[in-house]
Amino acid sequence: MVEATTLQRTLPLEGRVSSGPRVTIRPAPTAQRVSLRASADAVSAVSKGLGVDLPITPKQSARAGARAVLWLGPDEWLVIEEGERDLLADLGRAKALYSAVDVSHRNTAIVVSGPAAADTLNAGCPQDLSLEAFPVGACSRTVLGKIEIVLYRTAEDVFRVECWRSFSQYAFAFLAEAARAR
Amino acid sequence: MLLIHCPYCEEERPEMEFRHAGEAHLERPKNIAEISDEAFAAYFFYRDNPKGVVFERWRHLHGCARFFNAARDTVSDKFLTTYKAGQPKPDLVGAANMNIPAKSGKSGK
Amino acid sequence: MSSAGEHRIAGVGRLTPANPVRFTFDGKAYSGLQGDTIASALIASGVHLVGRSFKYHRPRGILSDGPEEPNALVGVRRDAARATPNVRATVQEIYDGLNAVSQNRWPSLSFDVGAVNDIASPLFSAGFYYKTFMWPKVAWEHVYEPFIRNAAGLGQAPTEPDPDHYAAQYAHCDVLVIGGGVAGLSAALAAAESGARVILCDERAAFGGALRFEAEARLDGKPGYDWAQDAAATLAAMDNVRILSRTTAFGYYAQNFVGLAERVTEHLAAPAADAPRERLWQVRAGRVIIAAGAIERHMVFANNDRPGIMLASAARTFLNHHGVAVGRKVGVYTANDSAYAAAIDLKKAGIDIPAIVDVRDNPQGSAIDEARAFGIRVLTGHAVTGTGGKLRVASMIVEPNKGGAAEIIPVDALIMSAGWTPSVHMFSQSRGKVAWDAATERFLPGTYAQDCVSIGACNGTDRLEESVSEAIAAGESAAKATRKRAKKSKVKIAVEGGGDWTGSMLGAGPNGANGKVIKAFVDFQNDVTAKDIRLAVQEGMHSIEHVKRFTTNGMATDQGKLSNLHGLAIAAEALGREIPKVGLTTFRAPYTPTTFGAIVGHARGELFDPARHTPMHESEVAAGAVFEDVGPWKRAWYYPRAGEDMHAAVNRECRTVREVAGMFDATTLGKIEVVGPDAAEFLNLIYTNPFLKLGVGRLRYGIMCREDGFIYDDGVVGRMAEDRFHVTTTTGGAPRVLQHMEDYLQTEFPHMKVWLTSTTEQWAVIAVQGPKAREIIEPFVEGIDLSNEAFPHMSVREGTFCGVPTRLFRMSFTGETGFEINVPADYGRQVWEKVYERGKSMGMCLYGTETMHVLRAEKGYIIVGQDTDGTVTPYDAGLGWAVGKNKTDFVGIRGLKRPDLVADGRRQLVGLKVKDGKTVLEEGAQIVADPNQPVPMKMIGWVSSSYWSENCGRPIALALVEGGFERMGRTLYVPMPDRAIEVEVTGTVFFDEEGGRING
Ligand SMILES: [Zn+2]
Repeated sequence: MVEATTLQRTLPLEGRVSSGPRVTIRPAPTAQRVSLRASADAVSAVSKGLGVDLPITPKQSARAGARAVLWLGPDEWLVIEEGERDLLADLGRAKALYSAVDVSHRNTAIVVSGPAAADTLNAGCPQDLSLEAFPVGACSRTVLGKIEIVLYRTAEDVFRVECWRSFSQYAFAFLAEAARAR
Repeated sequence: MLLIHCPYCEEERPEMEFRHAGEAHLERPKNIAEISDEAFAAYFFYRDNPKGVVFERWRHLHGCARFFNAARDTVSDKFLTTYKAGQPKPDLVGAANMNIPAKSGKSGK
Repeated sequence: MSSAGEHRIAGVGRLTPANPVRFTFDGKAYSGLQGDTIASALIASGVHLVGRSFKYHRPRGILSDGPEEPNALVGVRRDAARATPNVRATVQEIYDGLNAVSQNRWPSLSFDVGAVNDIASPLFSAGFYYKTFMWPKVAWEHVYEPFIRNAAGLGQAPTEPDPDHYAAQYAHCDVLVIGGGVAGLSAALAAAESGARVILCDERAAFGGALRFEAEARLDGKPGYDWAQDAAATLAAMDNVRILSRTTAFGYYAQNFVGLAERVTEHLAAPAADAPRERLWQVRAGRVIIAAGAIERHMVFANNDRPGIMLASAARTFLNHHGVAVGRKVGVYTANDSAYAAAIDLKKAGIDIPAIVDVRDNPQGSAIDEARAFGIRVLTGHAVTGTGGKLRVASMIVEPNKGGAAEIIPVDALIMSAGWTPSVHMFSQSRGKVAWDAATERFLPGTYAQDCVSIGACNGTDRLEESVSEAIAAGESAAKATRKRAKKSKVKIAVEGGGDWTGSMLGAGPNGANGKVIKAFVDFQNDVTAKDIRLAVQEGMHSIEHVKRFTTNGMATDQGKLSNLHGLAIAAEALGREIPKVGLTTFRAPYTPTTFGAIVGHARGELFDPARHTPMHESEVAAGAVFEDVGPWKRAWYYPRAGEDMHAAVNRECRTVREVAGMFDATTLGKIEVVGPDAAEFLNLIYTNPFLKLGVGRLRYGIMCREDGFIYDDGVVGRMAEDRFHVTTTTGGAPRVLQHMEDYLQTEFPHMKVWLTSTTEQWAVIAVQGPKAREIIEPFVEGIDLSNEAFPHMSVREGTFCGVPTRLFRMSFTGETGFEINVPADYGRQVWEKVYERGKSMGMCLYGTETMHVLRAEKGYIIVGQDTDGTVTPYDAGLGWAVGKNKTDFVGIRGLKRPDLVADGRRQLVGLKVKDGKTVLEEGAQIVADPNQPVPMKMIGWVSSSYWSENCGRPIALALVEGGFERMGRTLYVPMPDRAIEVEVTGTVFFDEEGGRING
């Protein structure tokens, strides 16, 4: 037996930051994430287990404390827990038929903030990101340049960009390049 | 870039989020192992590819990830309607007539 | 008089003498003013000769003052990497240090050898290229193509990569207004004040459009141009408006998707380092308001291309905006009242106007009266039939239309107007159909295809006040149509004055197209004359599309903005048909040339395509890995040590894995979590193998077909729980396999309670393979009994590895005892380094994809996409055992029974033993049965995989061979250029045929 070790998560964008007068781009801290799948009849039971009501309207999210639930599709949510509560354990209490898959490490996140945040994202995201069309709390799987992302607006000028781990270098470089032009 | 109305997201979204997925309303035979060579060819190989209104499948790949169906006019490249997978072919007689340009229409080069 | 040019007139124009700008043209220093274009600054210095024409190399000057310019194309060079050819001198603003050069001349602009083409021009008439470069075929390669390539194209491309960056942006608005003249500004104000989200763009540096030259117009009591600046400022200050100058709407696509190219720094002497050179806007608009204005046409007459001959509106802009007189003695030739206004403005500025030649017999109107009142000689019913001069116009030859003596009038500039062509380009690009308005002889927007509206001059609205009221109505109704709660705007604009746009002439003037060598230019940029168009008709071109291609009229980079209607009218006349019957050629994007930089935008260098790295990438770099591209992934290919080439490194890695152990990064394999009560049943349908009875904790190698029965992908599937499977796919197959499975799940088997989630990137996967694999990983593992009995080959367990959760797979793609350690990706690198540290001390090596390929080939394991090509069934690949015999359904079950798939003689996967024991076959090489048959030989198969096997001490190969299973032991041949290589057909397993090592 090798000596007991405690490994720390190493984020793919650790230490990266791109900061300008109108937009700042930095990696989000570690988080737990679950890809949650459930049919309509399980929504209330799963909501109870999670402690957050699953949003059932397209492009909407719900939040309780450090836990956010993002509608991605009619039976699909991305659950993000930025605090200490054990996401899978909480879900395990739900008495319903659903699928919960740990994707904490599959995704990594970048926070884009500042008055030019929406314009920076619109360099590669074809969706309308005005507050009318994409208000605070809106979320969507979409496209950024040549990759897929999940975009989540957490404040008027703050967006969280979730992408798969190996695409994060591209995502960060793209956003940093787009931010140059602001 | 077209805008495509996703029946699951309930709004128009940019074409880049979607992927075309071939002709719609082709059901896999329940007894596929037993069907004739001709029936299999008709199911798997042969496609109509008409000029005008087509029924086709799309997937909102980089969105809700759902497959859905669409009626599109291949002459005008306009979507007449989109609807959820599993729903029957919509009756488009009126819409189709309105959206198929007359034969004399000059085509671009 | 002024340092900014001797033709600058004090007190005239809007530029400030206090802001001088220095630049060079063909190496000579000039001075202009802030706000000048290269064109206006050169004219201020008396320079009209700026280029040579494309075909005949004729001296050419400045024809217009804007983007429609066909002649004055120059190179602008900041440095070797920033040299832009074909810049329109009428658009490019000058900045301190700007360095412009003329084009298409050698050795110099004033003496050009290529001008011999002008003398030899009978050789270069319409259709010359089609007629001349036809025969013999061989001459194409050696004579014609080099000649054409040498002659083709204007200007010189930069010699170094572009160091600038280009930005891109998607934008959405309720109302997009294209064009910022009086109509566009008024419409934008009305729409914005109604509450709409508005984008307004204009291709010029400043807003105002025709108000730049239309000096008499007053809006809201202010001079028109001042009003335009105030209106632009008002709009810029509104939150719901985005206002873009120097921004050309170049393409109008489906569903009101419009491309705009913004030139961000082209006008700056020292652009900020972070500023993009250009920005591509991709705008989606609820409604588009097209306010593109109109373009003045030139008159078509002999030698109408001499420098100093230009459009009347251009002369007026140079005067009223730039304070520059285009000559001291300016002749006027017109079919249109608006040229009178230019003449009067010049006259007022003290310029001599020797005559206004009006082709109309009896023009009436205030402009004509006013010109006469100024004492200008007006010759109605006359035409200019020629000009004199060499590098600049020196005289005009004037003749009465009814015949009579010609008069030669000395001039140093000649301004002209044949009327105004509404800019219907954007409307036409939107797929709208134009309609011919016979009364005014112009094409106007007819049938609309998209949600857009044309206003102002591009809509044929001539009077200023009508344009303004039309624009306000359009802005308000656009807001109402695109917003739920549009307010009523209170925009009211008082209008006084404004020009007269009536009168027009299409085609050649009197004597314009007759005579053998008369050069009356229709298309300046492509050197097309009226005679060329007549010739095209004579030679049988009856459609305008044919005339266009035969003569190249309108096919230059200016897209015939000046020439199309003239060409059409001449063709119509020659055909004896009406203009609308001959038809207008289609307008296409881009409206003006758009740079590759703008179109490419951010997608350059590392942003061209994402490069995917595994969590262990940095450790692999540190270990000296050489990487290969596998799709977007960068995978460690091999790990050379000092002095090793690839061959030596791979041989060592292959040996070490079988003798000790090796460690491999398998992270890129696709992974899909299949969850739900029907998960086993779903996989049973997707794979050819049976899955219902796979025990929890067990693995199965699965093959996936499409309905046609051909292998689509393969991989190992683990059952983690009754209702949960861990599916792996090939690296390249991951996205399409998930799509394939989702397709069946969502549309064919929607009743199944199963969900699919991609977990490819959730797990870092570290393969440890070899006799010592267990010993190496053992100390890191907790909660899993690693013994052969408790944890046999093809099983999976959950526990911890280095203290972090793991799914530990006992499996092998090498034929050795092997484990694949799955740990959450953020721990991958640390786990990799810890295992490597221990393994290395025990003699383990790192190995890359090349060794992985060799080792699996030694065992006859296929790689989908290498040993299969989309026409290989599981039976062909020798994997018939993987097709569930008792299954009543799976994807591919029916396809596999197709007659062709069960026929004899199918290509089957076999091994090849090279008889000489040393030659490594080439992958892809063809295989024949008889090397002595005549060419072309009958090819019966091909080599799919081939390597030197260090462990076997000989080359090994896999091949797909017709009836291969029946040919075991037979000799076949692989013909190569120098010889036919003799091979023996064998089984596919080359190493450890009994397979005992895997269970060690
Ligand atoms: Zn959708």
